[in-house]
Amino acid sequence: MQYHTPGSFDDAATIAAKAEGVTRFLAGGTDVLVQLRADMVTPDVLIDIKHIDGVSDIAREDGGWRIGVAVTGAEMTEHPELDKEWPGVVEAMDLIGSTQIQGRATLVGNLCNGSPAADSVPAMIAAGASVSVVGPDGSRTIKVEDVPTGPGRTSLEKGEVVSAVHLPARGDNGGDAYLRFIPRTEMDIAVVGCGVNLRLDGDRVAEARVSLGAVAPTVLLVEEAAQAVIGTTLDAAALEALSAAASAACKPINDKRGTIEFRTHVAGVLAKRAAKIAYDRAGGAK
Amino acid sequence: MPNVSMTVNGKAVSAEVEPRTLLVQFLREKLSLTGTHVGCDTSQCGACVVHVNGKSVKACTTLAVQHEGADVTTIEGLAQNGELHPMQEAFKEHHGLQCGFCTPGMVMSAIDLVKTHPNPDEKTIREGLEGNICRCTGYHNIVKAVKAAADNMGG
Repeated sequence: MQYHTPGSFDDAATIAAKAEGVTRFLAGGTDVLVQLRADMVTPDVLIDIKHIDGVSDIAREDGGWRIGVAVTGAEMTEHPELDKEWPGVVEAMDLIGSTQIQGRATLVGNLCNGSPAADSVPAMIAAGASVSVVGPDGSRTIKVEDVPTGPGRTSLEKGEVVSAVHLPARGDNGGDAYLRFIPRTEMDIAVVGCGVNLRLDGDRVAEARVSLGAVAPTVLLVEEAAQAVIGTTLDAAALEALSAAASAACKPINDKRGTIEFRTHVAGVLAKRAAKIAYDRAGGAK
Repeated sequence: MPNVSMTVNGKAVSAEVEPRTLLVQFLREKLSLTGTHVGCDTSQCGACVVHVNGKSVKACTTLAVQHEGADVTTIEGLAQNGELHPMQEAFKEHHGLQCGFCTPGMVMSAIDLVKTHPNPDEKTIREGLEGNICRCTGYHNIVKAVKAAADNMGG
């Protein structure tokens, strides 16, 4: 295995583009190193991107935030302003792993690992987050929902590396939330995850984004669920419609952690609960 | 093979390692510091926790080459001049162990916990140790030990 520590994303992309065999980028390493140890994925080329300037910064950008690719869950949780503006994204990231894992794990690692059950991904999708990607042919920006293409797979091309996460400006009267179901209280993989992001106009929902994890081969952005609450005051009828739309979008697997029927039902329940929290956070508390 | 240099328990060390060598393997196999245990190998159990630049890190989930120039403390580095660290003393006093396998990681995590939460309540201690698993289910005395150590450490 070759180990590289490039000083820029262009260099990282160049190394990755020329690499032969299995290539992995290393940030927190909480998936990459576990997969290496388990002989699931043995990289021939490992590119440590933590030595690039700015990768550990959480910075203001166009009224929103630019989060570096090596920023850890703990750093996000401890950031006073980020947590106020995007509590759903921060709480989703904070659910991942133990204290020590929180000291290493990153949003981009969670995204690029490609797990449909990744906790931070539904929250980022609900928030309308995007990522910058640097490749051998230049840079591009893509929406988070366009990154995963299947379990363990992403739309990134050979040589491409994510260089930052962008969270949009929070603006007024907005709130987001993330909930997941697991059989125990800590340290487990989501059986269902749900991110909801709302903007209110008075007490009515003006904008909504609803995202579900662990119920399909990729994390879903569920437009029908958003439409079910837009224009409503999130009354009982709206919550029922939201729940039905969320359940209808599920195409889950049956496994030891949850049956198809259970996951489909829980997706609707979590969507309702997360929407209520997001509504309260947006200032619509009743 | 790349060379890696770091400070471990106050001593400068340097060795050639395969890039895929984990920090915990480097400590145990190159430096013979076998006090740091490997329990699960998948960063769940916390037996391998050491301090890197003062923060608790699962040494099975990080490569030795990532820690060029780092200051690492293992369980062997806690006692000074034959005197146990207050956290070690408290684990001994309160019988915060049964088989002892998880203990090095528990102690290292607990020290970092008390550093960030000088006067932790039971909930804080239990949450702070969520990444350390005891297979004897001896959590009760571990929590008592951490509380006592926090008091002794001036919390």
